[in-house]
Amino acid sequence: MYINVKDVSVYYTQGGGTFEALKNVSLSINQGEFVCLLGPSGCGKSTLLNLLAGFEKPTKGEILIGEKQVTAPAPKYLTIFQNYGLFPWRTVLHNVELGLEAKGMRRQARRQQALKYLEMVGLAQAKDKKPCQLSGGMQQRVAIARALAAEPEILFMDEPFGALDAITRMKLQDDILRICKEEGKTIIFVTHDIEEAVFLADRIVVMEANPGSVQRIVEVEMPHERDRTSDDFIVVRDKVFALMHLKKDKEVEYYI
Amino acid sequence: MRKKVWYTAVSLAVLIVIWEAAVLLGKFPEVLFPSPAGVWSAFWQLWESGLPGSSSRVVLGTHILVSLKRFFIGYVSAVVTAVTAGLLLGWFSKVFYYINPIVQLVRPIAPVAWMPFIVLWFGIGDAPAVVIIFLAGFFPVLLSTVAAVEHMDPVYRKVARNFGLSQVQTIRKVVFPAALPQIMNSLRLALGTAWIFLVSGEMVGAQSGLGFLIIDAKNCLRSDALLATMITIGVIGLLLDWGIRRLEKLVL
Repeated sequence: MYINVKDVSVYYTQGGGTFEALKNVSLSINQGEFVCLLGPSGCGKSTLLNLLAGFEKPTKGEILIGEKQVTAPAPKYLTIFQNYGLFPWRTVLHNVELGLEAKGMRRQARRQQALKYLEMVGLAQAKDKKPCQLSGGMQQRVAIARALAAEPEILFMDEPFGALDAITRMKLQDDILRICKEEGKTIIFVTHDIEEAVFLADRIVVMEANPGSVQRIVEVEMPHERDRTSDDFIVVRDKVFALMHLKKDKEVEYYI
Repeated sequence: MRKKVWYTAVSLAVLIVIWEAAVLLGKFPEVLFPSPAGVWSAFWQLWESGLPGSSSRVVLGTHILVSLKRFFIGYVSAVVTAVTAGLLLGWFSKVFYYINPIVQLVRPIAPVAWMPFIVLWFGIGDAPAVVIIFLAGFFPVLLSTVAAVEHMDPVYRKVARNFGLSQVQTIRKVVFPAALPQIMNSLRLALGTAWIFLVSGEMVGAQSGLGFLIIDAKNCLRSDALLATMITIGVIGLLLDWGIRRLEKLVL
């Protein structure tokens, strides 16, 4: 297994009591896999992502990526944030170059690499603009290009399309799927949108709250290039709906 | 822009008319309340030949240049140290928790109160004005730089860590530009404050500069020259503010 979450718990103390953000979570993820963490707010899915990305430390248990324990964030494992985290004082191109500067890459090589990935997300023509001149969807594309340019092994995505409108969101879902299959990245993707999870994931980790834990792991046995309106898609979606107790049992309320 | 010029012109014209009318109707002695015309001619006298009977035979332009020199030395060194210290203290906020009480203790002391020590430690001449301007400019810039860094969007910090930027790279490439808008704002406020303190700084020991000229005019009982110097100080303050606004627009 490539990523191993071993019996991880996270407790926060607040006002004398302890709050269990995550309780005894274990999970294994393969290289190249697209895994969605799905659940209602408060189920600890973002906490789990932060642990994987090294931004937080578990109270109990350990997390291994490729046999090494995760203790701090690293450029090999990059996170895409919901609010993009682009630097408004830099142009699009310079934003994408950020990770390459940290690696000490030369200016010319940096520029080339950044342009390559901007082209991949379809924004090469916007390279000299400032982030504030772009729409939310375009900004998130820039953030994705910035991450890809640094050539990470894993992308952690924390509700990356949560702030976008439905149509833009679907376009970006298509793009991220295509790009990640092309580039062979492992992706851990946090969302509370069931359709999004069913559309994207190889496996969906359904989580529940109080305490935050894994309820069930659903394999999505459909090839990629999924059709959101196909019968297969709806079957899987309904299964997840049912798991999350969102499917209403149609009880007969009265007889005539 | 054209509207602004119009407002300014009307406002000043009305002020001068009221002023002149007050002088004419009130029949005050010229030395108690000089007329606009009197101040204007005093200004030209200061400009062309300096203040008669003064201990220094220097014209107004030289006083202005001397004051500006002291001002910029004090202000620029205050800004450079305050921004550098502010970035570091904001970033290593634990250190700031220890420094902050001292800053809060020293900050409310009017810079002029330091004057006796300043004279003892740095002597007279340019030093008192420079040090006072430094003190006046330092604290507001320091505190708002620290605040700007502390209130930086936490996602920038995460991004910098994630992409593996070193501490130095993070401060230079992330923290500083993120805090820059607020820093620029504080620079403008500090510029105004520091200019106000220039006069106090030059009132002790200096033999030149606009603050000295104020004292000099007072000693020579030349209220017209006094007012002319005051207006000069005001106009230069206005120009400095305009300049830094332009700079702000250029940078941001």
